[in-house]
Amino acid sequence: MNQSSFRRLLRSLLIPVLAVLTALAIGAIIMWLAGDDPIAAYKGLFQGAFGSKRGWATTIRKWSPLLLTGLSVAIAFQAGLFNIGAAGQFMMGTVFSVWAGINFEGMPIYLHLPFALGMGILGGLLWGAIPGILKVTTGAHEVITTIMLNYIAALFAGWTVYAGGSQGQKPGPLWDPAAKAISQTPPVVESARIPFIFGPPYRVHWGIVLAVLMIFLFAWLINKTTIGFELRTVGRNFKAARYAGIRVGWTVILAMMLAGALAGMAGAIETLGVNFKFAPEFGGSVGFEGITVALLGQTNPFGVGLAAFFLASLAAGGAKMQFDSGVSTDIIQVINALMLAFVAAPAIVRWLYRIRKAPEEEEGVPKISWGGG
Amino acid sequence: MPTQPTPVLEVKHVTKRFPGVVANDDVNLTLYEGEILALLGENGAGKSTLMNIIYGLYKPTEGEIYVRGKKVEMKSPRDAIALGIGMVHQHFQLVPVMTVAENIMLGAESVKRGLLDVKKVAQEIQELSHRYHLDVDPYAVVEDLPVGVQQRVEIIKALYREAEILILDEPTAVLTPQEIEGLFEIMKRLQSQGKSIIFISHKLKEVLYISDRIVVLRDGKVVGETTPAEATQEKLAAMMVGREVILTVEKEPARPGKVVLEVKDLKARSDLGEPALRGVSFQVHEGEILGVAGVQGNGQTELVEVITSLRKAESGQVIINGEEMTNASPRAITQKGQSSHVPEDRHAYGMVASYSVADNLVLNTYNLPPFAKGIRINRPAIIRHAEELIEKFDVRTPGPHTPAGSLSGGNQQKMVVAREFSRPIKLLIAAQPTRGIDVGSIEFIHNQIVAKRDEGVAVLLVSAELDEIMALSDRIAVMYKGEILDIVPREEATRENIGLLMMGVKRGEKVGATS
Repeated sequence: MNQSSFRRLLRSLLIPVLAVLTALAIGAIIMWLAGDDPIAAYKGLFQGAFGSKRGWATTIRKWSPLLLTGLSVAIAFQAGLFNIGAAGQFMMGTVFSVWAGINFEGMPIYLHLPFALGMGILGGLLWGAIPGILKVTTGAHEVITTIMLNYIAALFAGWTVYAGGSQGQKPGPLWDPAAKAISQTPPVVESARIPFIFGPPYRVHWGIVLAVLMIFLFAWLINKTTIGFELRTVGRNFKAARYAGIRVGWTVILAMMLAGALAGMAGAIETLGVNFKFAPEFGGSVGFEGITVALLGQTNPFGVGLAAFFLASLAAGGAKMQFDSGVSTDIIQVINALMLAFVAAPAIVRWLYRIRKAPEEEEGVPKISWGGG
Repeated sequence: MPTQPTPVLEVKHVTKRFPGVVANDDVNLTLYEGEILALLGENGAGKSTLMNIIYGLYKPTEGEIYVRGKKVEMKSPRDAIALGIGMVHQHFQLVPVMTVAENIMLGAESVKRGLLDVKKVAQEIQELSHRYHLDVDPYAVVEDLPVGVQQRVEIIKALYREAEILILDEPTAVLTPQEIEGLFEIMKRLQSQGKSIIFISHKLKEVLYISDRIVVLRDGKVVGETTPAEATQEKLAAMMVGREVILTVEKEPARPGKVVLEVKDLKARSDLGEPALRGVSFQVHEGEILGVAGVQGNGQTELVEVITSLRKAESGQVIINGEEMTNASPRAITQKGQSSHVPEDRHAYGMVASYSVADNLVLNTYNLPPFAKGIRINRPAIIRHAEELIEKFDVRTPGPHTPAGSLSGGNQQKMVVAREFSRPIKLLIAAQPTRGIDVGSIEFIHNQIVAKRDEGVAVLLVSAELDEIMALSDRIAVMYKGEILDIVPREEATRENIGLLMMGVKRGEKVGATS
């Protein structure tokens, strides 16, 4: 790495770091205004995440889904696409993997587990492909279509495990009759479960290693392959990409498929490594937090890894924070939202801290040009 | 010129450094009251940086600025405006959907009881346009106005803010010859009213015509000062470039071989869905340059886009090296058709501004050896390739890792040319290859085009500059309303007969016939 690109790396870290610190400071002010003790809260938060082996284990366990959905949003960003659909892709990954996981009893683990994981990845990939195809063929914007597909995925997933109704409504195909009125699947059979690295009570599983490997795969793909070059070129200037002979339509679809595959993998790992079954309330907000993670990590895979780890620690420490200081875990949602606002609108951070733009940014042609070009 | 001129603006020992570049190096410049000072220099010579310093957009690293004898420190254009400095940017800073009056009051709004007082502003605009003969309707919507009038709006905007010193950044680049005449009249009138003007240009004829004094900038330094009376085009060009520049292109007669590009009855539509090509046919042979002349917007852009498959042909054929290539993929055209394309709009098509120079130099060959093995990219090979081309094509950049967007226009174009000229090709399509770039780079690119021709490449040259067409072409095709009206051998072409064809008058027809 030469000196100027090192300086650029430092500069790119500046905004996210300041966004985090500012969000934490405002969070503290809110707590103080509410009559709580922010120092005790943050202390509890930190201890909850890192103060014990179990805290560490929880942080690491929560790291993997945030990391993968963050990478999902980030890879779409690289191709100039805004994937709001990680939540839906996560959900489809969950449904596909749980289907594979609760069936096929007796299959050896070295077949069953990769199969179930693969199904989850496939589910996300297919769900991601839809907005890509819609964009290329009809011009429908991916932000709209992915939001809609999130609803469809959540409702579809809910239907698959629906317990049926008293008026003769039929139960869903994945519902566990043994659960009676509860809408959930049967447990994932042993041969489809991701083995633990540290068993209960820590429950740290090998899926996390797989997720971390994706950081390196992402970095390699984006920076060292022709596919990455194509994704990035389409993202930065799709006209130049066409000129260069890149198949822009295919590249857009591919980017969305890769994004979906990553989010689907997140769903599969949570299902096969943590929950061992599926119930509609398992989706959580992990798909949306992926957006915060991707922006906080500046769509750089290693940045995404760090950002995901940070958000995971907030999530892991919340319970102890609430227990120690009486501050509701809702404050963590507030801090997450503030961070998202600050990284999405870096001008606020620049203004707050009087940061000048990098010279190459201010050197260019004036942005206000003619005819909306 | 008055006997005892008063300096209104003095730049003293100004140096501006950017990481890796000294954009201005100990620059001294004085502007006297009521004069038109031309600032001449190649792209990247530091003209824009200097003007941005004067206009408060950049802070000088070293040096001082005096306005009317008083030392000033400007933090933003707001300070510059308060000091009576106005700037008309090359890219207009107007809101297309707003009226002239709204645009002019933007940032200096007149308010009556909390509401905008458009009426008062419109009245003031009318007074201004009356005083300076700047004819503009305050209630016209900007996007409906021709470019020349929009520029007038920019000038009024500066005058409305009571500018005494006007900086005009490449004001003629976007204008037609008639509009340029009009601008010069306006400049003279402003001068007679006591305004002082800095006129930035790299068009030598214009500088000699309009200015009182000429300051030449090269590599960030002031390299000379002269007056139109003392200077000639050749002298100015040499000062700008730092060596003798040959303004005419020297070339041997063409030795055309077999047909490389054949276009048959090509039809296509514009972005708006209107017919842009109405049956275009021609051939380009090995070792010849076919120039396509015409007033802009007569289908030249679409023609190039259809040949390079960036636009769909509705009917007709494109045949390259004897193979039918109509609506093939752009990659097939470049790689299978062994063709190169210098696109008309280098920012939109020719480069990715945020990519490094090195990556831009492999923009359409990144997937071929030695730059890629399978899907793996070979970065060292890309960097080596870049270093080679930067050297060979004299691209002025701090290095191969520099983002292309931070280079000057001329150097960006040299980068595009380097990429397109450095691989083995049989067909070269060059659209507006020297638009908006400096004399030194133009000379270089012209010589490269001729060199390609002499290697046996078939060259299709599209240009809005008639001088360029005349200087380079072996045959000249003139486009008018989506058709090729005629193809004239260079020996028979004159500015007059090509000019008539550009207006839609065929040879042998009377001038009045179509009007």
